[in-house]
Amino acid sequence: MALHSLDVARFSWGALAGYPARTLLMLLAMAIGVGSVVVLTALGEGARGYVAGEFASLGTNLVIVFPGRSETGGVNPGAMFGETPRDLTVEDALALTRNPRVRKVAPLNVGSVPVSRGARSRDVVMMGSTAELLEIRHWEVSQGSFLPPMDVNRPMPVAVIGSKIRDELFGPRKSLGEWVRIGDRRFRIIGVMGSEGRSIGVDVQETIIIPVAAAQQILNTESLFRILVEARSREEIPAVVQFAEDTIQQRHQGEKDVTVVTQDAVLSTFDDILGALTVAVGGIAAISLAVAGILIMNVMLVAVSERTAEIGLLKAVGATRGQILTLILAEATLLSALGAAIGLALGEAGSLAIRSALPILPAYAPAWVTLLVLAVALATGIVFSLLPARNAAALDPVIALSRR
Amino acid sequence: MIELSHIDRHFQVGDQLVKALDDVSLRIEQGEYVSIMGPSGSGKSTLLNLLGLLDKPTGGTYCLNDRDVTSLSDMEQAQVRSREIGFVFQMFHLVPRLTAEENVALPLLLAGVGKEERQALVAPALDALGIAERAHHKPEQLSGGQRQRVAIARATVTHPSVLLADEPTGNLDQHSGDDVIGILEGLVDGGLTLIMVTHDIDMGRRATRQLRMVDGRLDQDIRGAGRGAA
Repeated sequence: MALHSLDVARFSWGALAGYPARTLLMLLAMAIGVGSVVVLTALGEGARGYVAGEFASLGTNLVIVFPGRSETGGVNPGAMFGETPRDLTVEDALALTRNPRVRKVAPLNVGSVPVSRGARSRDVVMMGSTAELLEIRHWEVSQGSFLPPMDVNRPMPVAVIGSKIRDELFGPRKSLGEWVRIGDRRFRIIGVMGSEGRSIGVDVQETIIIPVAAAQQILNTESLFRILVEARSREEIPAVVQFAEDTIQQRHQGEKDVTVVTQDAVLSTFDDILGALTVAVGGIAAISLAVAGILIMNVMLVAVSERTAEIGLLKAVGATRGQILTLILAEATLLSALGAAIGLALGEAGSLAIRSALPILPAYAPAWVTLLVLAVALATGIVFSLLPARNAAALDPVIALSRR
Repeated sequence: MIELSHIDRHFQVGDQLVKALDDVSLRIEQGEYVSIMGPSGSGKSTLLNLLGLLDKPTGGTYCLNDRDVTSLSDMEQAQVRSREIGFVFQMFHLVPRLTAEENVALPLLLAGVGKEERQALVAPALDALGIAERAHHKPEQLSGGQRQRVAIARATVTHPSVLLADEPTGNLDQHSGDDVIGILEGLVDGGLTLIMVTHDIDMGRRATRQLRMVDGRLDQDIRGAGRGAA
């Protein structure tokens, strides 16, 4: 005696529709569980995507040389702030250009300095570099030009400013060809950065870029903050890393006193951290799925108890234990599937809301999370309904029919 | 044909052995109209439950239509109930969320009968009981008499050989009760075996065979009386 699956679905749907308040409560519990997993993983993925995007904006096939040595791998915090025993110099940067695998090299100094024009003054992030920086960082100039190719040791008094600094110092008036004071020196504005150009820790619109030699004079240092090296292709990155390490070691009297990291390595570290965070918040949200499962079990136990006479009647008219089990489990499955579908819709709506509120976060739950959460929701509903279903199937029809 | 041989149904309640049925032997031919009467606790309902395979005896054998059904598995008993036995209860036992039509179709649905065939069987069953126009009503929208007609339609839609009725008029007014009895007797005229438990002596005396239970034993078995005497 095999029940037709469509009949099972219709009968189960009728049972659910017959008790709307109970059904809505269970749907709500399951929907909240599924929805929170989807929203939180979307948020986590959004954060990962954001960080990945920020690193991508640093450049392509990028190798970064920091002064100082990290013995255990990864990024040496001291090196990040230039606190190292041996300087990384402009000559070191020049030495790294002597390899056919290297496309471009840009030395980099960074510091905070006061910039003024007339009565207007503010502190800005100043970057000292060369013409290569523009291409390595994939930036664009909206007005004028970037730093011209020149001798890296020449402190030419030219500057490229971010559009925000231009607005603050010049307002609506033209800025190209005008002079500003950076520290105690005067620089002529030769370019304004485009509206794009935001990357980790640096808003290019609030940055001023001058030749590296000039920056070193203002900052009173011979040491570089770092050297950016662009390999010709992704495949050549390991060889370029080795070349950079060997070259600097050779130039520093055999001392391994720099840290060379690739963009991929840094990204991978962040990716691991954010991935772990995503799993953690997803896991916390998944607890609500378990809670929903327990609620389903409780409500189904009550439902079986309330429908004892109905189950007795079903047995009297020929239902087998297996059929009773099937009907109760079908109710739970239908409930879980509906709850999961509503939860998925809520989760997607939540993700959309996050993307609307924070456009920089690509908050999309990954497809595998969607599939997994659906499977877990279904499994939760079914597993937690096994006990009520078994109780129903095991009911003695004589006792069941005597209930009113 | 029903044949019970030395049927016992004993319960252990604490230290005491309760003999709900004690050495009951009985043979009922196809098409008989049997009433079971007796005081409360005499074993009438227990006997009816055993006949309907809702309960199992602790001793003896039960043959239904020449097949020993005493020790069938739960699934096999369910199949026998589905094919050969119909139940009518005092409380009707209709599923409140289902319409009259859906309630009648329940045994067919559980037997795996397809939707079209179900409709082909349910419509005449409702029609035969005069409630075709109530097919789409839910139990709460029906009178007691109509509910019992729906229950009878459900019990007979699979064309069982035996109809077991437990106080079928116990929850009805006189007029509705008479109607229901008339319907059940009409089914007997069609060849169905009707076994009815009742407290109502007048109702019980309408049966062509009257069994009286006392303390779990068959005390009287009166044949040849019946409708004419009522």
